[in-house]
Amino acid sequence: MTAMVFQVAIGGLLMGLIYALVAAGLSLIFGLMDIVNFAHGELMMLAMFAAFVIWQYAGLDPLMMLPIVAILLFGLGVLIYRGLIARALSVNFNRGMVQIFVTFGLAIFIRGAAQFVFGGEFKSINTGWLAGRTAEIAGVYLPLPQVAASFVCLAAFAGLLLISRTEFGRALEATREDRDAVALIGIDRDHIFALGWGLGAATVGVAGVMLAGFYYVAPNVGANFALIAYVTVALGGFGSLLGALVAGVLIGEVEAITAAVLEPSLKQVGVFGIYMIVLMVRPRGLFGKL
Amino acid sequence: MDNLITRRRRGELWIGAVILVVLILLPLPIADAYTRNLIIISILFAGLAQAWNILGGYCGQISLGHSLYFGIGAYVSTLLFVRLGVPPLVGMFAGGLIGGLIALLVGWPCFRLSGHYYAIATVVVAEIGYLLFLNWDFVGGAMGVYIPFKGDSWVALQFRTQKLPYHYLVLAFATATWIAAWVIEGSRWGFSWRAVKDDVIAARSLGVRVFPSKMAAAAISGFFTGMGGAIYAQYVGYIDPDSTMNGQLAILIALPAVLGGVGTLWGPFLGAAVLTPLSELSRSYLGGSGRGVDLMLYGLVIVVVALARPAGLVSLFGIRRRPKGVADGSPA
Amino acid sequence: MLRLEDVSASYRGLRALQGVSLEVGKGEIVAVVGANGAGKSTLLKAISGQVATEGAIDFEGQDLRRIRPHQIARLGVNLVPEGRRLFPRLSVEDNLRLGAYAKRGDPDRFKPLDLVFSLFPRLQERLAQRAETLSGGEQQMLAIGRALMTQPRLLMLDEPSQGIMPRLVDDILAAIVRIRGLGVTILLVEQRLAEALEIADRAYVLQTGRVVMSGAARDIAGNADVRRAYLGI
Repeated sequence: MTAMVFQVAIGGLLMGLIYALVAAGLSLIFGLMDIVNFAHGELMMLAMFAAFVIWQYAGLDPLMMLPIVAILLFGLGVLIYRGLIARALSVNFNRGMVQIFVTFGLAIFIRGAAQFVFGGEFKSINTGWLAGRTAEIAGVYLPLPQVAASFVCLAAFAGLLLISRTEFGRALEATREDRDAVALIGIDRDHIFALGWGLGAATVGVAGVMLAGFYYVAPNVGANFALIAYVTVALGGFGSLLGALVAGVLIGEVEAITAAVLEPSLKQVGVFGIYMIVLMVRPRGLFGKL
Repeated sequence: MDNLITRRRRGELWIGAVILVVLILLPLPIADAYTRNLIIISILFAGLAQAWNILGGYCGQISLGHSLYFGIGAYVSTLLFVRLGVPPLVGMFAGGLIGGLIALLVGWPCFRLSGHYYAIATVVVAEIGYLLFLNWDFVGGAMGVYIPFKGDSWVALQFRTQKLPYHYLVLAFATATWIAAWVIEGSRWGFSWRAVKDDVIAARSLGVRVFPSKMAAAAISGFFTGMGGAIYAQYVGYIDPDSTMNGQLAILIALPAVLGGVGTLWGPFLGAAVLTPLSELSRSYLGGSGRGVDLMLYGLVIVVVALARPAGLVSLFGIRRRPKGVADGSPA
Repeated sequence: MLRLEDVSASYRGLRALQGVSLEVGKGEIVAVVGANGAGKSTLLKAISGQVATEGAIDFEGQDLRRIRPHQIARLGVNLVPEGRRLFPRLSVEDNLRLGAYAKRGDPDRFKPLDLVFSLFPRLQERLAQRAETLSGGEQQMLAIGRALMTQPRLLMLDEPSQGIMPRLVDDILAAIVRIRGLGVTILLVEQRLAEALEIADRAYVLQTGRVVMSGAARDIAGNADVRRAYLGI
């Protein structure tokens, strides 16, 4: 009985940390410039396909290719900002909706492109240092790829925290607080925004690579994770790194418990229910700043 | 000034009447079922987009969960018909009423949220509904519900081979949404809602009761969306959570309004006239064997239109509902 | 150093500047005075590139109208804006250091800190505090300090005395005079006529977006008709 409880709790924690990191990238971009990236799940999906391709053609283990994919996604994030988002920011009519639907159109485009290139069927990375291995501690089974993913997620959070302490991190925060005033001291906010997008995309890229180590890869894999990421971010509070971490783990746990107690197909109902309840009590989320 | 407005509003009625006559005559020379189907779906989405526009455009509440009201409407009328034998002509209104009621229930907690928090909450609520219906055996679960055919009838809204009756049914539906929008535009409510959309605090200071305004807009919007769902169910004869409650559907409902021109009388229709055929045609000609080209094209169109015509496609015709205030155009 | 010719600008749909011509020479303190809504703030916004303008704005041979706002700041034309626009959740120290952010790579970029602390010793005591916790006067000092960290050549101040205790106003005006003493040119917008004209060399009087008078600050200060006609005093 205790072993089962622990099994559920560990399962929730391992998944929750992935959710947290996916959400962190989303939250970073939102906090910086008040834009919800509806193509966030698709960025994760692209990172998973990148991992799959690198694994298939170069035989690299997911852990080895982390920096490569992170850099690729960083570049993609910068590109998306420069090509689309900067334009969406400069429209002077209906700005909120334009931003939503530009990223939405981008999401549909990326999904179509992935389907065009890779086809619709599920793929998976099934060899590697950790692939398929589990460890057992006192009757609790630990799938090693997920354990590794959790450690990478924690490391990525530490990395984001360190970045926020640097001078660049301060400039990010300053731009977040007053995007017009930074120009007065010679800071190019477009530059900061572009780097912010790069950083957000790289973050979800890291999550995608680690997820690809134990999850199926397909063009539509992003949608579900994105939905959970939006809930995580709204639950934790937009723009809060700590909020994303706490809410991600919370959601992982609620999902695991709902699946165990009720029924696996209802696991997300539990998650969404908790989210609604928290929002009723705290509309800004757990750690949301006003 | 007042004269100008009434004259313009009367002009819009005339334009509407002319378009209505054209749409009544449109299917007559068209024989093939594919094209007629395309037109029916486009008009249905025009009505749905107009219904969305009432809440999203006029009142500024960006709902990404209208699939819920659509699905509820479809399920209510279908289950009333299948289980209790209530004719869909009546069930359609029941579906609309329940849809509006659900919209009120959703609005109660969600309208306290603002901006992105609201948009995401609507996605989540719709997703909860979708998951519940998927796992609820009483309503058919994932298997869905087949609507048995009981003979051609306007009461049951069933026609085995004919498309024409459905054409006039969706046209009546879309016309009703348009008239609702037209009435709202000229009414005190329309004024209050636009104030809520532009600036909540300013609206309050003008004596607008913000929360009731949002609720009224949600109820009307949910009513028409539910009605559209009921019509859709009778048209296709089969419903399941994936075809009537999928989150993707919420976007398909909102998109024509946004890209056509939010908060305008013609935007949702124009958007649907362009987007729905585009989506359907690209799916049938490019989407075969799941190659994704149709999605790429569709996504590209959304991005390009949103960036090139932020005020919507209606702005191509020089139709601007009203001069924009500082709310959207404040200098950087 | 700075020359405006026939500059017009609209702000929030209103024509706030109409054919303003103005000149600031190196090392001067130039004051721009006028009643509320005369276009003083818009003038500074126009120079720093925050509102669209017509006409010519020339800074040492460069047309500022063609340059993006952050690049104008990097040229050494810096504005201490109305309302101060600090980064409220960042510490005093972070606010100051960010002033030198654009000069990354320059090892001496934090040097102006010494100057800031000698001008405003209070800031040194409050280094770790969040900017939003400072009093109005301290916030103004921080805003000026942050601008000094960019090593400006032309420092523009928009109503530095606004919302500040009278005792601190003198401190801040004294600091402005000291900053000029270091070779920084000053363009000062003020509602407090007497104080502004006292430290300025020259002054322009703005009324409904036009320059209605200019000359030596002392002359304008002494002209009772001007004060009555244009400044509503």
